[in-house]
Amino acid sequence: MTAVGATVKEPGSSVKNKTGSWRTFKPVLDKDKCIDCENCFLFCPEGCITKENEIDYDYCKGCGICAEECPVKAIKMERG
Amino acid sequence: MEIPEQEFLAAGHRGCAGCGATIGARLALKMLGENTVAVSATGCLEVITTPYPETSWKVPWIHVAFENSAAVASGVERALKSQGKDDVNVVVFAGDGGTADIGLQSLSGAMERGHRIIYICYDNEAYMNTGVQRSGATPYGASTTTSPHGKESFGEDKPKKNIPMIMAAHGVPYVATASISYPEDFMKKVKKAAEMEGPAYIHLHQPCTTGWGYDPSKTIEMGRLAVDTGAWILYEIVDGEFKVTYRPLQRKPVNEYLNAQKRFKHLADEEKEKIQNYVNQVCAELKI
Repeated sequence: MTAVGATVKEPGSSVKNKTGSWRTFKPVLDKDKCIDCENCFLFCPEGCITKENEIDYDYCKGCGICAEECPVKAIKMERG
Repeated sequence: MEIPEQEFLAAGHRGCAGCGATIGARLALKMLGENTVAVSATGCLEVITTPYPETSWKVPWIHVAFENSAAVASGVERALKSQGKDDVNVVVFAGDGGTADIGLQSLSGAMERGHRIIYICYDNEAYMNTGVQRSGATPYGASTTTSPHGKESFGEDKPKKNIPMIMAAHGVPYVATASISYPEDFMKKVKKAAEMEGPAYIHLHQPCTTGWGYDPSKTIEMGRLAVDTGAWILYEIVDGEFKVTYRPLQRKPVNEYLNAQKRFKHLADEEKEKIQNYVNQVCAELKI
């Protein structure tokens, strides 16, 4: 197909831009405290927390929403 | 409610840390699935998700001007229909500027013509992308760069334009308000909107750390405060039938919401009282 205008043909290609470098504080999860409520997964603006509660630090900007919304305070914000 | 794990908005976008718009887009796309064509008006979401030559979108996506996202979505819907593809969701993501101000005429046309589209307005209550200028959706008392507070002014002097009710007046089958802080309520509404035979409009309240002035970690908290104080109300109108979908058990004083944000910090007690009275009046009308 001939492209008209500005076309990007690679879906989701923004993953090339690792926004983790923006971060000052990083969320660290204590898995023993975690109750799998999925709040962090739902509310992450980057979509970089999986349902298994794995945080992708390549993209985490350190906003701290996950720590704020964790009902059992299982996520702590630490420098780095 | 089972929430799909698959993401249709990739990481690496340039949204501010704590951005509410991307949370809204992520959650909506999860419900719509891969069989979706998205259209975006100019605005924050468009700028942050598509720094050329990159894109965060994993579904076909078109960027159009501020004023014609609903017109383009109408065309996409008709083109798909003529090809016999009736099972594709056509969704618009436009901000409050692209909806309440610049895109209103094309949106009104699309609603009135009855296209099967889902229009989601992510409302951060000003033109955040260009540096926080007021829009028709900016609430009373908010300080923006074009409604600044100072000796002569207390900020925005007009109430927020009631777009969901203007959409309801078009007689479309589905109109709803939602908040990113109530994700299940929002996602259920997106699903319902996708099942409609005609146009569906969802007005998504979406706090903005940069424009509202609060810590990025408080984005969800701020949306919750808006609903808990009655400053934002969650409802839906299905085929003309109005229903409140969430009622706070006990409404908090609106000051808790106002005092948490820099854009309202300057307000005198007199203006805050006016806002509380206004909220009380709206809540009484809607039985909150």
